[in-house]
Amino acid sequence: MQFDIEINGEQVTAKKGETIKNVLDRIGIKVPTLCNMNGFTPTGSCRLCVVEVDGLQGLVPSCSHQVEEWMKIKTHSPRVLKARKTIVELLLARHPDECLYCNRNKNCELQSLAEELDIRERKHQTKRLSIQIDRACSSIERDPAKCILCGRCIRICDEVIGVAAIDIMGRGSDSRIGTSYNKGLNVSSCVKCGQCIMVCPTAALSERSNIQTVLDALHNPELFPVIQFSPTVPASIAEDFNLKTSKDILNLFRAALKKMGFRQIFDTSMAADLTIMEEAAEFIDRWNKQSVLPMFTSCCPSWVRYAEEEKRKLLPNLSSTRSPQQMMGRVVKNYITSSAGQKPSSVFVVSVMPCTSKKHEAEGDVMKDNNTRYVDAVLTTRELVRLIRLMGIDFSCLEPEPNDTAFSLRSSAGKLFGVSGGHLEGLIRTIHYMMTGQEINPIKINDLRGLKTKKETHIKIGKQVLKVMAVSGLANVKSVLDEIESGRKDVHIVEVMTCPFGCINGGGQRIGSDEKSLKSRMKAIYDVDEEEMIKVAHKNPIITDLYDKFLGHPNSDQNKDLLHQVPITEKTV
Amino acid sequence: MSVLDSIQTKDFLIEKILKNYSGIFDKGTGEQLALIKREKVIHPVLYLGMGTCGIVSGADKTYMAIQKYLNDNNLEAEVVKTGCLGFCSAEPLLDIQLPGKARISYQHVTQEKVEDLLNAVFHHTLIPENILGQHRFASHEEWPGVDFIDQHPFFAQQHRNVLHNTGLISPWSIDDYLARGGYKSLFKTVLNYTPDKVCEIIEQSELRGRGGGGYATGKKWRNALDTGSDQKFLVCNAEESDPGVFLNRAFIEGDPHRVLEGIAIASYAIGANSAYIHIRYNHEQSLMIMENAIAQAKEYGILGENIFASGFNLNLFIRKGAGAFVCGEETSLIASMESQRGTPQTKPPYPTEKGLFGHPTVVNNVETLANVPAILENGPTWFRSIGTNGSKGTKVISLAGKATRKGFVEVPMGIPISNIVFDIAGGISDGKPLKAVQIGGPFGICIPPKGLSAEIGYESLQEIGASLGLCGLTLLDEDICMVSLSKYFMKLLHKESCGKCIPCREGTHRMLEILEGITKRPKEESSHETLERFKGVVQLENLAEVIHDTSLCGLGKNAPNPVLSSLKWFRDEFEEHIFDRKCRAGVCNDLRSFFIDVDICNGCNVCQKKCPETAIIGAIRMPHFIVESKCTGCGICFDSCKFNAIYYK
Repeated sequence: MQFDIEINGEQVTAKKGETIKNVLDRIGIKVPTLCNMNGFTPTGSCRLCVVEVDGLQGLVPSCSHQVEEWMKIKTHSPRVLKARKTIVELLLARHPDECLYCNRNKNCELQSLAEELDIRERKHQTKRLSIQIDRACSSIERDPAKCILCGRCIRICDEVIGVAAIDIMGRGSDSRIGTSYNKGLNVSSCVKCGQCIMVCPTAALSERSNIQTVLDALHNPELFPVIQFSPTVPASIAEDFNLKTSKDILNLFRAALKKMGFRQIFDTSMAADLTIMEEAAEFIDRWNKQSVLPMFTSCCPSWVRYAEEEKRKLLPNLSSTRSPQQMMGRVVKNYITSSAGQKPSSVFVVSVMPCTSKKHEAEGDVMKDNNTRYVDAVLTTRELVRLIRLMGIDFSCLEPEPNDTAFSLRSSAGKLFGVSGGHLEGLIRTIHYMMTGQEINPIKINDLRGLKTKKETHIKIGKQVLKVMAVSGLANVKSVLDEIESGRKDVHIVEVMTCPFGCINGGGQRIGSDEKSLKSRMKAIYDVDEEEMIKVAHKNPIITDLYDKFLGHPNSDQNKDLLHQVPITEKTV
Repeated sequence: MSVLDSIQTKDFLIEKILKNYSGIFDKGTGEQLALIKREKVIHPVLYLGMGTCGIVSGADKTYMAIQKYLNDNNLEAEVVKTGCLGFCSAEPLLDIQLPGKARISYQHVTQEKVEDLLNAVFHHTLIPENILGQHRFASHEEWPGVDFIDQHPFFAQQHRNVLHNTGLISPWSIDDYLARGGYKSLFKTVLNYTPDKVCEIIEQSELRGRGGGGYATGKKWRNALDTGSDQKFLVCNAEESDPGVFLNRAFIEGDPHRVLEGIAIASYAIGANSAYIHIRYNHEQSLMIMENAIAQAKEYGILGENIFASGFNLNLFIRKGAGAFVCGEETSLIASMESQRGTPQTKPPYPTEKGLFGHPTVVNNVETLANVPAILENGPTWFRSIGTNGSKGTKVISLAGKATRKGFVEVPMGIPISNIVFDIAGGISDGKPLKAVQIGGPFGICIPPKGLSAEIGYESLQEIGASLGLCGLTLLDEDICMVSLSKYFMKLLHKESCGKCIPCREGTHRMLEILEGITKRPKEESSHETLERFKGVVQLENLAEVIHDTSLCGLGKNAPNPVLSSLKWFRDEFEEHIFDRKCRAGVCNDLRSFFIDVDICNGCNVCQKKCPETAIIGAIRMPHFIVESKCTGCGICFDSCKFNAIYYK
């Protein structure tokens, strides 16, 4: 049902059932908000989106109030503006005045609100909040003093990730967001996915920065710094530096890394190819024995942690194959750099990931003999951007650096890891080849593509049919796990990504990503798949070479220790 | 005592009284009923007020003393524990009814008075002190020279409708309620009316919610009835946390079955098969009485499956509230019942559309529900005949503070506040002048004596900026500092704010800080400080407006009320605090300056020893002095001086 309402003196058509904010968005009137999130039911807690409606006592929140036929709305009347301004002034009263030192400087919603609402003085003279920063977790840092209690992180943690590691405690002005028993984040049910950072309007949540470690390594003459980067990183960097996502971007990106002092540059996609090989072999082994199915992928460390903590019964079903980041670290330290005449201990492997959880993962994987890590430092995409700026790299003056090391050769299957469904697609291509000796046709599996959180399809391999599933967003995984735990048997492979839509939306990506940028990142990945010559992992010459020279054949006992994790079940949590 | 045993009593009450439409009995039945109602007693009956207020005043000790007296003297008498009659400051209240004689009330019956008092009464004489009055009953012989209790100023202007039985019957006995026509309305309702008809009757009665918002009860029920769902809930809100208000407790402790009957009728009207009573965990007496009442009603077949063979089922559960002020708000209450954090939700959708566990839910206050049985019994026209235009019926009001007579009273809507304050409550206890009346709990306002002509009612109170709310009147004399009082309420609201919405969370904190700044002793007094304080007050008004305009729930919206009303009526007191650094009531410690009168001081040295700040100097047996810069105004010296040599300004 449609009807006309009056907004700021003009007649506007509105539909029954939509909120005032829906109408305002449609006609291009912007009202500020801090607590509202697209796709979530409004909580109406920040009260910044209030508007004046004739006949109603008090101001009403436009995010949750539905339009009605008789309404006459004023969105920017003096009364409304005063209310909004006062609310932000109140928020600023106890907020630490640290904008200049804050890592969200110039990218902070509170800061821009204060600017938009023209706040030019500290109205309320009072004590600033000072609360201890929670640095207990190796991936995520919490600074409750900067928190404005909008509640977005709680909702994403509960409704999208489904672990509810944080919630509000205390009441009134003593309310804080905290973990259970107010212990550090490391001992909570947190899976370190970093989605909370992505929705935080201020710097209350951020990644643990490794920039200084990397800088030190770059300038340490005794070290041989190398870098690996995840498939989604170049496209995201391009967004930040306003570069066109073309084929050249990869070479430009390499040039930037070279200029910063990294001696060798690897594409983690190569290790992803290796992951596919191992995982495919592991699956075929299980398939032939028809035991411990379905097999879950294990490339997402947040998912692995979740399974370790909450679903121990399902742990044998997780693939034991290591994640691409750790495979790369291990291969680099064990084989590749030794061919360049470097000792493993002097090689410093930095990885750039769109993920905060990888920091935690890298920390746990150490060499047995000297206790050094296979991946020494992990940077998120955001940190790399900061590092590039810090090092004064100007992309417009860079000469594209061609692919120099043979080791950065990779198939597009490995590249697909960046998006939910992509890992599975690459894996199936190789499984098909390994089981039948023929390439899959068509090579594109459209059912596994697109911005959806749950994708299912049947794959014909010879005379057999595989049922596969790609699920992203840990809360969505829960329902699948429940089905499987209660006896669902028809699924054979489940790809799990903690962040919705996969790593393109990872917790280490640029803050303020919208659906448009997700789509462009996804497109960049699928474009590579279109153009690339090698589309399957088993055709990657580096991989075949590696197996010939060092590793034997996939899933062999010889490389169990190198490329597979100790049976996950035995790990202590 | 009834000559029937308990099972016979039950059958008699259900079959002959409850199911008797006409209300006309034969002689035998009438006599039997009179026995159960204790209108006719064979042995003496003693009624002891054992509500929470009674127990606090020592009623349990009085009870022991009575039992001991009866045992020692080998007397056969029944002791009935009743709820509070409303006159809490007169507790422990003991009523004695000798066979054939009128029931006589004694106030302040502490344990040591029991023996003399009972000795006298059992010998048909009276000790004149502590008599409250005698109850009027046609067939009872009057005590000579004793006033009737309905003539007592505390009761004379009351219109006891909801409180009809409170304090007179035993809350532990369903028989007492049934014998007085209890559950008849429920019986009539479930057998004769459709839910739609019940909603219509309540709509016609113009009953409005007694919990605060004043929403039309019938309309609320209708909304829930019209929302299609296979499951609906009724929630009785007894989560009472206002300081100085104790009404929910009074209803439950005095007449729990009236509340249960209201709940059952409301559940029937909206089509709910499950109802919850949300009682604060520390109202232990209420919890025990309510549990007992539910068990009795189930035993009598009044609750549970297929009530009165009508096909209507009702399961009733008690929920203990953890004691958060904000959980009195219906959406927070629902959230806390769902084991969520007790924070309010945005409305719409209203709970009547989407409430407890997503099902249509009606949340009604105890008093609202307690009004329902009488409306169905006497009809909506009767109810509408009481009260004023917009506010029908009666309102129970609690009286606290420095009132001469404290407790709770039921008055018709439209009665001027001054009548309650001066006639019923008897003004300030020690004859001091009245400074203000605080009305409506922590969100309420302070009215000076000149504003007391306002009437009790939804609209009339709104006009002066108050809300009817749970309606507690707190009488304040001139020993109260209005700035301190505003600070006290602000502190309470600030502490009880749930922290969800910014204006309430941060705004109440700021307002409290500003008020604290006004009452705090500045280390270095300069014109700048005075200016800051002045600016603070200007900010108070600004903040109050925004908090009121934008807060999510009633707590935030009304949080600035006490400050705004005090600023309006007692602005001079604020100004004194700000500019003259003076608190006329002497309450704000930081603003007190102490001096020693050298003519009186004999140098005993006590004050010097007690002063925690070593601010007092002086040799022994010589007059002492207070160093003003060191003095914190704690007042310990003032309290310790035996010669009244210390005074403050």
